[in-house]
Amino acid sequence: MSTVSEPVSLSAPTGADAGLTPKQLADKYGLSVSGARPGLFAYTKQLWSRRHFIWAFATARLVAQYTDAKLGQLWQVVTPLLNCGVFYLVFGVILASKQGFPGHTYISWLCIGVFVFQFTQNAVQSGTRAISDNLGLIRALHFPRASLPIAFTVIQLQQLLISMVVLVITVLAGGITPGKTWLLVIPALLLQTLFNTGVSLIFARIGSKTSDISQLIPFVMRAWMFLSGVMFSIQDKIQSWSPVIQKIMALNPASVYMDLVRHAFAPIIYNKHQPVHQTLPPHQWTYGIAWAVGIFIIGYVFFWKAEEEYGRG
Amino acid sequence: MADTDLSKRDVVTDTKVAREPTVVVDDVHIVYRVHGAGSGKGSATSAVSRILSRKRGAGVREVHAVKGISFTAYKGEAIGLIGSNGSGKSTMLAAIAGLLPTEKGGIYTNGQPSLLGVNAALMNELTGERNVILGCLAMGMTPAQVKARYQEIVDFSGINDKGDFISLPMRTYSSGMGARLRFSIAAAKTHDVLLIDEALATGDQAFQQRSKRRIDELRGSAGTVFLVSHDNNSIREVCERTIWIEAGELVMDGPTEEVVGRYERGERP
Repeated sequence: MSTVSEPVSLSAPTGADAGLTPKQLADKYGLSVSGARPGLFAYTKQLWSRRHFIWAFATARLVAQYTDAKLGQLWQVVTPLLNCGVFYLVFGVILASKQGFPGHTYISWLCIGVFVFQFTQNAVQSGTRAISDNLGLIRALHFPRASLPIAFTVIQLQQLLISMVVLVITVLAGGITPGKTWLLVIPALLLQTLFNTGVSLIFARIGSKTSDISQLIPFVMRAWMFLSGVMFSIQDKIQSWSPVIQKIMALNPASVYMDLVRHAFAPIIYNKHQPVHQTLPPHQWTYGIAWAVGIFIIGYVFFWKAEEEYGRG
Repeated sequence: MADTDLSKRDVVTDTKVAREPTVVVDDVHIVYRVHGAGSGKGSATSAVSRILSRKRGAGVREVHAVKGISFTAYKGEAIGLIGSNGSGKSTMLAAIAGLLPTEKGGIYTNGQPSLLGVNAALMNELTGERNVILGCLAMGMTPAQVKARYQEIVDFSGINDKGDFISLPMRTYSSGMGARLRFSIAAAKTHDVLLIDEALATGDQAFQQRSKRRIDELRGSAGTVFLVSHDNNSIREVCERTIWIEAGELVMDGPTEEVVGRYERGERP
């Protein structure tokens, strides 16, 4: 070989590849664009392979959440109970909402509403921060980003299961006897979990782009809570309104899931033979399934569409 | 591969054999858009006037960080990136990792490159132990693989050399300890392309030696390593090829001795 004295570019392709442009070279060796978004099916497969990560992340976060508080995990139960206490005093006693309920069932009705609504409320709030609070992780490691909002929903579900124990005690203490309908709590909460996952994914994408949204969320959630009838029966108040608005109010997913769980736990509240009772709007299960499946699919696709943009810039 | 002259193989590769490219950077431009530059974005009046005038561009400044860089990296290479502060080295790495969008041009890679930076914090409120497990799971390892590698990662990081630190939250770690653990986690998996941003500079002497060995192993397992550093000696020890970037432009791309030598003397070609 002759002496190679002139500088040889270390970048230039050699041998059979000599003379190829960078693009041709990349194509020839099947190199892909860095950070490109995988197809929906491939993405789902990647996500499934990270299921252990999602579970471990959720568990670790749940444990770490209250490390600074002396009472630790106890706050998971105490916070909603304190909420229930305040609502009971203001809405139940002072505004006399409890008069529309048979016997002493108002406290059970209220607690179920607070716990169920909080489940969705937390999904929205943690979803909004799912990306922005974990930029370090996102920029350090490659994994399907949907793992994060989904993991946060798993955290909420784990918290809900702890709250459920307290709820069952409250409901029993409120004088309601367990029945077969209690089993319906499980499918109702599973549907709500699916709905929450979709909501969390939607807000994760919005929150990652527009940090202004986190200023708006508490206001929106409070408005939603009052409109959903968490601590008073909204149906009684809107009976004189136009049927269209009543229909829209009946479609509210938060009301739908609250009604499903309330009816499952305490059918007596909706018993027509009681002197005072609540009425369960028709087709609640259909609405519950439609909201869960619909929002989950929309949220999943919506989040995936921006997969390559999370943590950028 | 029956060539006679293999002595200089890792400096200037034999021009007759086609090498397998792992990263192709083709005339890449990267522009940062900085919001809130210029006159007070935060003030209410300016926010209102911005919304009213519907000018989204107001207060956004563009920073052209990388201006038309092209190079190709091949299998088994370790490439150093040098240049003064703000020259665009770290931006280039982030773009190769797919974390920054390119304004123009394309970056093509073999598999998904992993960026290992000192600033990339994992989860500070969790213990080192949890971080190891979560990091490995996030990289796509199975729980069985994590179990098998766990001790190796902890030993490599040297976190437990001075007592049981792995069971403490990561926020209690010194910056060097944190960086060591992060490097150990990322290096536990073989990557097709590994991008390292000054990680070697943070560890102590013993750890630097271990990481150099690990980088050599990673290169051996058919990977390409990029190293951004201001420590020219670690570039000299790890990389045989170096790219010199200045003000977003490629100044020089060649054998490390030559490029680093000229960089130190400040001789631009």
